[in-house]
Amino acid sequence: MSLLSLENLGALRGRRVALEGVTATIEAGECVGLIGPNGAGKTTLLRAALGLLPASGHSSLAAMTGAARARAAAWMPQARDIAWPVSVETLIALGRLPWLPRGARLGEADRTAIGAAIARMGLEDYRKRIATRLSGGEQARVLIARALAQDTPLLIADEPIAGLDPASQIATMQVFAGLAREGRSALVSLHDLGLAARHCTRLLMLESGRLVSDGPPAEVLTADNVRRVFAISAFYEATPQGPVFQPMEVVR
Amino acid sequence: MRGCVRPSRVIGALAALALTGAAAIAQPPQRVVSVNLCTDQLALLLAAPGQLVSVSRLARDPASSAMSGAAQGLAVNGSGAEEVFLLRPDLVLAGTYTNDATVKMLRRLGIRVEVFAPARSLEDIPARMARMGALLGREGEAERRIAAFRAALAALDDTPPRRPRAALWYVNSFTLGADSLAGDILHHAGFANVADEAGLAQGGTLALERLILLAPDVVVRGRDYPGRSRAEDNLAHPALRALGVPMSAPLTDRDWICGTPMALDAVARLRELRLSLETGR
Amino acid sequence: MRLAAALVVLCAALFALSLVTGLAAAPAGQSLKALAIDDGTPLSLVMREIRLPRALLAVMVGASLGLSGAALQGYLRNPLAEPGLIGISGAAALGAVLAIQTGLVLTHPLALPLSALGMALAAVLLILALAGPRGGSITLILAGIVISALAGALTSLVLNLSPNPFAAADIVFWLMGSLADRSMAHVWLALPFMALGWAMLAALGRGLDALTLGEDAAQAMGIHLPRLRLLLVLGAAASVGAATAVAGAIGFVGLVVPHLLRPLVGGRPSALLWASGLGGAAMVLAADIAVRVLLPDRDLKLGVLMALVGAPLFLHLIYRTRKEMA
Repeated sequence: MSLLSLENLGALRGRRVALEGVTATIEAGECVGLIGPNGAGKTTLLRAALGLLPASGHSSLAAMTGAARARAAAWMPQARDIAWPVSVETLIALGRLPWLPRGARLGEADRTAIGAAIARMGLEDYRKRIATRLSGGEQARVLIARALAQDTPLLIADEPIAGLDPASQIATMQVFAGLAREGRSALVSLHDLGLAARHCTRLLMLESGRLVSDGPPAEVLTADNVRRVFAISAFYEATPQGPVFQPMEVVR
Repeated sequence: MRGCVRPSRVIGALAALALTGAAAIAQPPQRVVSVNLCTDQLALLLAAPGQLVSVSRLARDPASSAMSGAAQGLAVNGSGAEEVFLLRPDLVLAGTYTNDATVKMLRRLGIRVEVFAPARSLEDIPARMARMGALLGREGEAERRIAAFRAALAALDDTPPRRPRAALWYVNSFTLGADSLAGDILHHAGFANVADEAGLAQGGTLALERLILLAPDVVVRGRDYPGRSRAEDNLAHPALRALGVPMSAPLTDRDWICGTPMALDAVARLRELRLSLETGR
Repeated sequence: MRLAAALVVLCAALFALSLVTGLAAAPAGQSLKALAIDDGTPLSLVMREIRLPRALLAVMVGASLGLSGAALQGYLRNPLAEPGLIGISGAAALGAVLAIQTGLVLTHPLALPLSALGMALAAVLLILALAGPRGGSITLILAGIVISALAGALTSLVLNLSPNPFAAADIVFWLMGSLADRSMAHVWLALPFMALGWAMLAALGRGLDALTLGEDAAQAMGIHLPRLRLLLVLGAAASVGAATAVAGAIGFVGLVVPHLLRPLVGGRPSALLWASGLGGAAMVLAADIAVRVLLPDRDLKLGVLMALVGAPLFLHLIYRTRKEMA
């Protein structure tokens, strides 16, 4: 069963065409990396897919009611935006809103989901800490936990590992890959092509608002694609520990 | 230097003005301008025809002035120094509360300014009339008016054995006590003033709840002005109605503000109110 | 829940204190008895017709300002959003003054609150247009200054042009607010609008909680933002408009109260809503007691006292958010 299907999705930013003719499907058990240079339309694609901005074409998520969509996909915007000094636990509990009837308090299932999200992100010692006083990297982990607590089949995240230290980047990508192994799915935009190659089961490559390549990392990150879309040369090798992708030089 | 007034000429002009001011003391002033509502009315009462040139704008307002009719024929001024100076007065009549800057400016320009303090009691009124008469060179007219005033006041004075308690109740919960013209009028009309009980002999704010707890026999209200203001809400507060005491017909400000013989009308009307209360009891 | 109980007890105590605070030197017990049983004495009259509406209005006005402040802050994601500071109260005062000076109040009994509500509505819409949830503090404060200044100037202009000599003195009341000598008529006039506003604002909790994470995240969590915005605008305009129509513009309540209570509710905007409603009621009750105790004969304006308490706090908040504003 597909968790997200996009047909001929297009969107404008002002008068500029930011996204055009994107058709793709995400199945259960996939960790999908969305890659492309700055301005290629990654964020636009994710927001259009969620119905957060006016778009042409069709997205299965955008077609849902707000309440149904909130139970089908969790969204983690790029901005690490926490307005009030709430505790980490309170913030993560916000992820349960779509499952709570109006006025209801957190139930057993909610507590389980929150606990699982906290455990998965290694935040046990942070429960009572004030989220706004954490470091950027810690906040990023808390916000991922919040999205995980929403307990949706699909998690959509916009550059979730930007600005994190190497260990946190790897750990975070492992969380997304882990979701895929459990039969859930993640759609994640990112700039680190090495991590994308290593942890994603599939990559979508965007160039100027168009989907130019869609497939397993080895098929998408070809020398030709990488040079044309990113204007770089790169080293790529499949090793016993997994694929290794290393950008080398700017070409052009 | 053409087009520029020579300083010596200005000084000369000022000196000439000062001289005319000095000369005016010798003979009655010919061009009198009043810039205060109370001096307006005294002057209207006593001045010879043509002697008074201009009165303040308020003098024409029937709500404030007891002599608005007489003021209609005269030019009005806004009490500003420039405007008054251009009327070329030889005497300016002002009140204690006239803008001090205006008075000083006019005096600097060599114009004679006489300042009248507001009347604090009915007894002040003959004194004010006598002074106005002397300033205008109308002593005879003043004496005649003073005699008539004293006779009329004496005729109204019949102090009752027991004075009913009245409250003067104005906009913004303001009241007046014994040391005020309004308080004296109330006294001469045979009332006791609850403001005096409340220690407000000079007048001041009498909060609504204090008024109600003083439980006066009658509330003499200030008048309603045209337009509306939140400050007047106190006159219509439901608690005042619920107090269940008679409210006098609003007495207008023109009866109280200025020490003129017309204050006697207010004494007479309040005395009638007292008599009606006594017969009603 | 302990906080709720504490705030309710505080409000009740201040309400009782407000009832027995006044110029009349009657013992508290006797005053409250005169309130409960109409014994036909002047004291009964004072308690029922002057002190009771005054205390009730303090609760209603305070709750309206506190609740609106918390809701506006939650939506704009900015602790500086306050009905008085961003010009909503000022605009409502202009509406009230216009209704009074044009004589509209004489044509229909609801003209006063409706006119205040209308102007408040315009101000909220303007603020939202100028500084939405993504606008920074600087935009919000600048927009607020413009709206406040314009509304204050127009209020003064209308009152200066009035044929009534006392209208100009009213400027102080409309810009500073007071509960002196209000009557039950004012209570009944304001209550329906306030209750409607409270109901709308109280329904926002869930959406405001989600907005902690930003508009995008809130929307993706199933929050219908246009509906939330509509309820906020109408609710704030109705409650602040009605409060201002009867008590003038009282500033800083919606700033001070949520700021003090936010740490006590763990920062959750939904919990802050009801807490700020109760806290606002307590604050205005306390301020209204203070103005009567400090200067019993002078009708000290509530807004003066609130500004003395609120302005330093406002400075502190600006100081803290200056990095964001730079």
